[in-house]
Amino acid sequence: MIELKRISRFFQVGGETVHALDDISLVIESGEYVAVMGPSGSGKSTLLNILGLLDKPTLGTYVLDGRNTTELGANGQAQVRGEKVGFVFQTFHLITRLTALENVELPMVIASRPGAERRARARKLLTDVGLADRMEHRPDQLSGGQRQRVAIARAMVMNPSLLLADEPTGNLDSASGKDVLEALEALNTRGLTLIVVTHDPQIGARARRRVTMRDGKVVEDARR
Amino acid sequence: MRVGDLLAFASQSLLRARMRSSMMLLAMAIGVAAVVMLTALGEGARRYVTSEFSSLGSNLIVVFPGKTETGGLNPAMMGGDTPRDLTIADAESLLRLPTVAAVAPATIGQATVSVGRRERDTTLMGSTRSLFRVRSWGVRQGDMLPDIGWEQAASVCVVGQKIATELFPGGAAVGQSLRIGDRRFRVVGVLASEGRSMGFDVQELIIVPVATAQAIYNRTSLFRVLVQARSADEMQRTRTDIVEELKRRHQGVEDVTVVTQDAMLATFNSIFGVLTQALGGIAAISLLVAGVLVMNVMLVAVSQRTAEIGLMKALGARPGQITSLFLTEAVLLALLGSIIGLAFGELVTLVARRFLPFDAVAPVWAVVFGLVVAIACGLVFGIMPARRAARLDPVLALARKL
Repeated sequence: MIELKRISRFFQVGGETVHALDDISLVIESGEYVAVMGPSGSGKSTLLNILGLLDKPTLGTYVLDGRNTTELGANGQAQVRGEKVGFVFQTFHLITRLTALENVELPMVIASRPGAERRARARKLLTDVGLADRMEHRPDQLSGGQRQRVAIARAMVMNPSLLLADEPTGNLDSASGKDVLEALEALNTRGLTLIVVTHDPQIGARARRRVTMRDGKVVEDARR
Repeated sequence: MRVGDLLAFASQSLLRARMRSSMMLLAMAIGVAAVVMLTALGEGARRYVTSEFSSLGSNLIVVFPGKTETGGLNPAMMGGDTPRDLTIADAESLLRLPTVAAVAPATIGQATVSVGRRERDTTLMGSTRSLFRVRSWGVRQGDMLPDIGWEQAASVCVVGQKIATELFPGGAAVGQSLRIGDRRFRVVGVLASEGRSMGFDVQELIIVPVATAQAIYNRTSLFRVLVQARSADEMQRTRTDIVEELKRRHQGVEDVTVVTQDAMLATFNSIFGVLTQALGGIAAISLLVAGVLVMNVMLVAVSQRTAEIGLMKALGARPGQITSLFLTEAVLLALLGSIIGLAFGELVTLVARRFLPFDAVAPVWAVVFGLVVAIACGLVFGIMPARRAARLDPVLALARKL
């Protein structure tokens, strides 16, 4: 469960203070499927960064699964990020010198898991996303849709409770975009909290809950 | 991260950036190779000089005429007092000292030697039969100098191998005669020894009785007196006795310099030891320069891999892990570079040994020193870029293209 209590995030740009997030409070239950919508500059990416512990709020508290993350130090936040949060980026962010399998293993490598366990889990997840025959390929030998599915497998390898996707279909054609969304939604139906940031209303419409943002504020919170 | 994973990940990224990695390897290798080669040179020179002095003979004490003062001018010198000569009688008197095993006087000069129309200039040494014992020289043909009184002249000589073959090509030298200046000498023996003695090539030496040499050069002084002590333990006592005896004979004036072989060895050892260390130090500067290059290249690597660092952080990497990742890369390169440099340096010294008069061998301390400094350079100069990587803001880092 995610609880954001009066979260604000200010940036200093030149002499001006920009309110990227302005006093946001939000509760997201476990297993929800939320689309965060809004025009660029509305603060939706900042919200996602704070949810993924990549960024710290200037004010307010963020409680993830009953733990106040704003009190944690850099190492503690890194640990929560590794264990609880999976990221899927618009530009995939796969390491080009590593194979698909090695990319998926990476979070477990960072977490010092033994090699055999890693390989078995990475193979299973790649098979789940339909890439059983592409495990030894490098990212530049894969199509965009395949790359994003590798990224999804990587996001899932630590068995997180929260999956954050930032414009996951932004760099994909509509057919592979649909595949990727279906793969994400399949994970959601198995109980994973899924938060998708998008400016595409069609993608937003698939979610059961739509949070719309403008100028750092939540202007609409609709459930289907 | 596990150590094995850390090493694998670091070497993978090094392999990926081949140009960058090989430049750093090269810099490190040159630094370590310089340390190995320069110290090998210094150490080789030290060993060469040491072995030269060891070949002087065992338990050797050398007496020079004149007192070498290290304290500047003394009143005696102000008075224009020249040192008394060291004479054959002085040398003979040393035989009476209880711990002396043998004494050999020596006088040295240049001479023109001829046989028929063959002629050459060479070094003439006047000495006694005891010289062969003191220097542990043998003869390959004939005999040593005859056992005659030291004040007694005789027209006989022992010649070095080279002199023998040059003046008597294709025949035995022993029994033949040669001319030194306008005197005739009979060759009684040919030296078996090689190498150098007191700065002269033994193979080009002609040895005559000391009184004869003094007659040729018309002087009564000796160039050196070589004294052999009975045992190594008695060196110091013998040295003191010699100084006392000669002082007594010279009306209480201490006007000779007495040097033991050990003292000479120790002096040269320490001079060349310091020289080698200085050479190593100079070479270490190139290692330092290599270290600066490592830092520079690692900084470039950090900025090139900003997105990757952001990703690693998003995947749960702690700042310390990012630091150790980049540090591992720097140290791995330094280690590999120094091994290559070590191999290269050893190879060059191996080749150089063919061209140098001495065996150039890098001392163990220099090899260890080179390796340690190289790895320390990797660590010290790798830490700044690594920490910069660890401090990167993940949001900004992820905004970059991977």
